[in-house]
Formats: sequence, structure tokens, C-alpha cells
Amino acid sequence: MSRASLSVTTQGSIRRRLLFALLAGAAVLTVAVYFMVLSVARQVAQESQDNVLSASVISILDSARFAGGEVIVDLPYSALSMLGNVSDERVFYTIRMGDEFLSGYPDLPEAASSLVGAIGFHSQPFLGEDVRIATLGRPISTDTGQELLRVSVAQTLSGQQQIIARISRTSVAIGAGLFVLLVLLASLIARSTIQPLDRLAASVSRRGPEDLRPVAAPVPSEMEPLVVSLNSLMGRLQMSLVRSEDFIAEAAHRLRTPLAIVRTKAEIIARTAQDKATTTGVQEMIHAIDESSRTAGQLLDHAMVTFRLDNLSKEPIDLNALATATTDRVRPLTDLKDIEISVSLGTPVLIEGDVILLQNALSNLLDNAIKYAPSEARIDIEVIKAGDQAVLTVTDTGPGFPREELETLADRFARGSNATQVVGSGLGLTIVKEVMEAHGGAMTISNSERGGACVRLSFPSS
Amino acid sequence: MRFLLIEDNAKLADAVVDRLRLDGHVVDHAADLETAWHFTSTTSYDLILLDIMLPDGDGRTFLSRSREQKSNAPIIVLTARSEVSDRVGVLDLGADDYMVKPIDFSELEARCRAVLRRRGGESSNVLMLGAVAFDSLAGTLRIGTTETQLRPRELRLFEVFAKAPGQIFSKTALVDRLFSYDEDVSENAIEVYVGRLRRHLAGTDVGIITVRGLGYKLEVT
Repeated sequence: MSRASLSVTTQGSIRRRLLFALLAGAAVLTVAVYFMVLSVARQVAQESQDNVLSASVISILDSARFAGGEVIVDLPYSALSMLGNVSDERVFYTIRMGDEFLSGYPDLPEAASSLVGAIGFHSQPFLGEDVRIATLGRPISTDTGQELLRVSVAQTLSGQQQIIARISRTSVAIGAGLFVLLVLLASLIARSTIQPLDRLAASVSRRGPEDLRPVAAPVPSEMEPLVVSLNSLMGRLQMSLVRSEDFIAEAAHRLRTPLAIVRTKAEIIARTAQDKATTTGVQEMIHAIDESSRTAGQLLDHAMVTFRLDNLSKEPIDLNALATATTDRVRPLTDLKDIEISVSLGTPVLIEGDVILLQNALSNLLDNAIKYAPSEARIDIEVIKAGDQAVLTVTDTGPGFPREELETLADRFARGSNATQVVGSGLGLTIVKEVMEAHGGAMTISNSERGGACVRLSFPSS
Repeated sequence: MRFLLIEDNAKLADAVVDRLRLDGHVVDHAADLETAWHFTSTTSYDLILLDIMLPDGDGRTFLSRSREQKSNAPIIVLTARSEVSDRVGVLDLGADDYMVKPIDFSELEARCRAVLRRRGGESSNVLMLGAVAFDSLAGTLRIGTTETQLRPRELRLFEVFAKAPGQIFSKTALVDRLFSYDEDVSENAIEVYVGRLRRHLAGTDVGIITVRGLGYKLEVT
């Protein structure tokens, strides 16, 4: 099972969702702030204009007096200059007493006041422009009695509108700045919220395949159920791995002990039997027992290899030392058949791998070579460094792979067929191939120029 | 040779003891670790065959304990487990070699020979036959000052003859000793090896004689 096949259907991302929610909030907030600033600015601008207008109205009223039978209003210079000079505003006024128009623009409407003695304000178009009108009435004593003197002052709104436009531009800038700030803040919040999840994911994926200990690092309380389930899953996995390892060992024991008894008894009979028929028969039995124990061994090896490949742990291995040790192990077997076995070592070659799997792979190759090579054959093991690859070749002077088998073997491997189809030498080679692939290497089989089998293992050297 | 077999399966142990006795070895059998300790404390063995799964403990404890006690009897572990890690483990614990059951006795003999050779041959392994000094461990024949290195199969064949000078061995018996059961060989193959031995022995007082219709025997004249 390779890592690439362990895909998961993903839907959405918590980080993205959180970020989007925060950004949407930030946008709404920004727009609200913009309108708030704008409305406050409008209000402030209006209030300040109203203050100036009322000051102007009051100063006109203050200057009014009754003398010589008529109302005299000295328009104080300041009363209108305080309005007119601010910008290019146009200023209008009208003074009325009772229903009588006294001075100013006769058409200028008055702003109604809700209270007597309180100043009234009103906005409306006048002479093609928007104006703000302030009106205040004050009783004045005349010879005919009390009259109400009313003064209205109006000012165009263009200046105020300019101010508002400027404030609006400023508030757009403020809004944009605020938005940028909120975006930064949102991504910071999103990251710090996701951090415990990321940390958990990293601590789980960083551990080696054999590390099935429970997660011990502290996690936020919301993640507790997930981590508890993960820990219990790892516990169960650990147990099932131990069980399958025990199963392989137990199966091997149960298979091999009876075979050992039968084989030993058969050897005794073969050695002591007096008639040729018995001897030949028993020898055939022994041959069959050897075949079946070899197959059982390869099946168990295959199970062991599969098990270890799922839990591959690598360490630096000297390919030369591996070749020497494995060869020394089989030397008594080659002695039995007068086979000469030699190892040719190059410069020290380090590879990364599981020493047990690699030893098993090489033993399988040598077993095959010894089994199929005739008496007095040669088996040559060579370790060389070719570029950035470490290469181990096992060549024998036996009959080689039968031509058609060479093709079908390569074909079977290409198809990645399972063990049951390739019991025999094929299973041994399947084991070798699987081990090689797990180590990022490759196995190629061919027949040497001399006709013997040649198996080449190439590893990426470390 | 004197063997100690430590194996809890009684049927297998009986068969192995019988089989080793056929080759003329002396074998003691211990069915558990306690018995094994008793044997090793009173007798010295040429070779110990040790099973891993035993009723009163693990064979590996026997290994490490006997290495701690500086016992230098070679130990070959017999394991039913195919797990290589197991086999490598026993080598680390001080086993001289291991074999996976079922035991091929010619392989066992070859492994014993290799173990004893590694341990360093003793002078008692040199057998004098007339003018020929035969070192079965080194696999050499010394005739005067010339030393001939025998190939493994020549060595095994000569050993069969040398252990029982004058005894007649049939071709069938010799094929049995020389070839494994998965090799398909005719009895005539023996003639090739006998021929080679005769060449090595040419000009000495040791000869391998054909006994017509019966087989071969070694004679010192």
C-alpha cells in the first residue's frame, strides 16, 4: 500500500471558511464605518453652518431698534461677512416685521420655528441653489405697540457640500485602511485558530510508520474527541499488527514442525531401506517435502515482507557488508553442490533500507541461483557504484531463465500480479521485486552472455 | 561427534536423534531448558542444536546465558520461524548459525563443518592413512610436503571412505551422501568423483578400490 493511494475526499477548508467569514464581517464593518463617518460629518458641518447662521441672525436682530417712528436696522458688516468670506458662498437675508417686508430679498422664504424665541432652520432650493435658511423673530416695541421683527439669513450649501465631499474622500481612505487592517487581523486569527490542527497533523504525519503510540501533545478541547478516536484506532492497529506477526510465526511453526518430522523419518528410511524401490520412492517423497516447505517458506516470507513493507523503517546499510554476510550464510549450501560463489566488492556503497527485507531479497536470489544452477557452477555477486546508483548483480553459470519464462516473468511483474500466481521461483522474484520497489530501486532479470541467469538490483545510493 | 539436541517436540526429537546416530554421532536429547542446563553442566558437546520455542522458556535465553558463561560449544539454532529478523537476532545473541525446519541433514552436516572450521580446527581432525594426512576440517590431503585442497564434494566422499577403511560402500549409498535429494543424478556420477580422488591419491599407498558389483572401498597398502 503506497502513500499516494491514501487519498481523502476533502470538502472545503476550515481556514478558508473562517477567513471568508472574517472578511465578510470586515467588509460590512468598513461600509458601516464609512456611512457613520459621513453622517456625523454631515451633521457637524450642518451644525457649524447653523451656528454661524444663528450668530448672524442674532447680530442683525441685536442691531435693530425703533427710533423716530421707524425700525432702523444697521446691518452689521460682520453679520454677513462671517458668512460670505468663508468661501464663495452666496448669502441672502430678509427682514420682515409682521406682514410687512422691510429689507433684503423679498422672495426668500422663512424657516418656521417650532417655538417663539427659538431659532428655526430649513433647507430648500432658492434661486437655483440649495440654501440653508435660519429665521428668528424678536418682539420689538414700536409706537403702535409690540411688533414681531423677523430676520432670516440664508447661505448656499456648496461650501458645506465641498466639506462633506472632502470628508467623504477621507472616510473612504479610512475605510480602506481599516479594511486592510481587518484583513490582516482576519488572516492572523484564521492561522492561530487552525494552528492546533496543523500541529496535530504534523505530529501524526511526522512519526515513523512503526510509531503507533497515542498522541500525547495537548490539543484544544474541541479536538479531544478526534484525538481520542485517533488514539484508539492506533491502539487497535498496533494490536492487529502484533497479531498478524504472531500469526505468521505461529503458521510457520505449525507448518514446519510436521514437515520436519516427516522429512527426518523419510531420510532415515532412505538411508536404511534395503530395496531400491523403497529408496527411490522415499527420495521422491523427500523431494516433494522440500518443494512444499520451500513454497511454505516463500509464502511466509512474502507475508513477512508485505507486513514489513507496510511498516518500512529505513537505516543506512552498507551494501558490501550485506552481500558478504548473505553470501557467507549460503556458502555451506554451495559447498554441497560444489558451486563456487564469489563476491566482488567495489567502494563502500551506502543505501537506505530495511536490512531484514534486503537480506531476505538477496537470500531469495541466491536460493534460486543455487537451486537452478548445476553442480560446479559459478555464482558471482558484484557490488558496484554506477553514477548515483548502487548496483548489485547476481550472475550464475546455470541454464538461465527459459526464454518464455523470462518474458512471462517480466510480464507478470509488470502486471503486478499477486503471489498465488507465481509460486516457485516466481514468488521468490516477486518478493525481491516488492522489496526493491519499496526501496525506490528496481530489479531487472536477464540472461548473461554466458547463458546463465542474471538479476540486477539497482538502488538509489544515499 | 557428540551432539546435544534441545527440542520439545518428542516425535521430531526422536527422528533427529535416530537420523544423527545413522551417521555415527552420539546424541543427547533435552526436551526443555532445565534438562539442557543439566546436560551442559556435566558433559562437553561438539555441537548443540537448539530449538527456539521451548516449554520452560525461550531458546534465546539459553543462547545468551551460555555465552555469558563462556561456554564455547558451537550452537546451531533450529527455527520454525521464517522471520529473518528472528534468525538475525539469534546470530547477534551468539549462535554460530541457524537452520530453518525441516532440517536437511546434508545441509546440517555442511553447516556443522563450516561452524567447526570457523571455530578453528584442532589437530585431532587430522587423520593419518598410510602416508596421507587427511584434515577433514580444512579439506586437505597432505602427501609428503605437497598439500592438495579438496573440493567440497571430494572432501565428503573421501571422508566417508576414510572413516571406515576397508568397508565397502555401494554407489547408491554414496549418492545419498553426496547429493541432495532435489538433485537428479545417476549413480555413474560417483565414478567422476572417485576418479578425481584417485588422481589426488596417485602414487601413494592409499587407494580407492572398485569391488565389482558391490561398490568401492578405501585400502591402505
